[in-house]
Amino acid sequence: MSSDHHHDHGMYDSDPLHHHPPQPDLEDTPLTHHQIMQIAVGELLIEKNIISADELRAQIEFQDSITPARGAELVARAWSDDGFKGRLIADSKAAGDEIGMDVGPVPILVMENTPTVHNLIVCTLCSCYPRFLLGIPPDWYKSRSYRRRAISEPRKVLSEFGTDLNDSVEIKVHDSTADMRYMVLPMRPAGTDGMSEAELAGLVTRDCMIGVTVPEGPSKA
Amino acid sequence: MSARYKVGDTVRVRQAFPPGHCRTPYYCRGKSGVVVRCCGEYRNPEYLAYGTYDGPEEPLYRVQFMQTDMWDDYSGAPHDKVEIEIYEHWLVPETS
Repeated sequence: MSSDHHHDHGMYDSDPLHHHPPQPDLEDTPLTHHQIMQIAVGELLIEKNIISADELRAQIEFQDSITPARGAELVARAWSDDGFKGRLIADSKAAGDEIGMDVGPVPILVMENTPTVHNLIVCTLCSCYPRFLLGIPPDWYKSRSYRRRAISEPRKVLSEFGTDLNDSVEIKVHDSTADMRYMVLPMRPAGTDGMSEAELAGLVTRDCMIGVTVPEGPSKA
Repeated sequence: MSARYKVGDTVRVRQAFPPGHCRTPYYCRGKSGVVVRCCGEYRNPEYLAYGTYDGPEEPLYRVQFMQTDMWDDYSGAPHDKVEIEIYEHWLVPETS
């Protein structure tokens, strides 16, 4: 705390008119180099009529609107239809087209978990992620800790996520280093016979499709 | 550019440390693995990173390695694997 600002802010603060906002406003934190560059490039693209302000806004809105529900819909469909599952694994773009879902411009490879193989996704170099199917990545996915440890000690990382796999199961880590993106197709949990695709999709979480956990069947409550 | 390797080929990642941006993680350099997928051809990120957007496209592969080959102290199961996307110019045929 600076020397000209050494008073108490406790609940017994004697001056009720002197207070600070509970957290800093956006403008109170200096912009980073990359934030400045992002704003500058956006302004230039608009000034030069390459894209419009509304197109830029709409694209940000679209990116923000993507949730893991899109990936979950694909998984639920694959659980319900073996033919679709095969096509999803062979070519996720074509499979997405079948149900009117654009999986995006970057190829997404769907990695199927089986009783003998468990897949885990990481991007050790940065934070590549299947955003068109899962939305914005969680902060931990981008952390140096996850990126370093998911590749070098995946079983410990899985265990910290509550996922303990027997040593007989092979763990296959996929490092998204270049032009592919990855999504895990988890195994369908037991006790889900007769569930609709919408009900099944409700069991499929983001973390299941990254591979740090596995879906659970319906609770027996 | 036609792909030099096919699925099943054993390859080794070059033990090289060029300056600048590249997409080949340090931990796999010098390691031997098997091509498990030919991903098609993409522009070389080592040029793209510096603004050359019209360079030639290059074959990209997914190469599978044994985890025990990657980390001296790997604590998991001996059959655990890692698969990495690697551009062709980073690969040499495994001769041994």
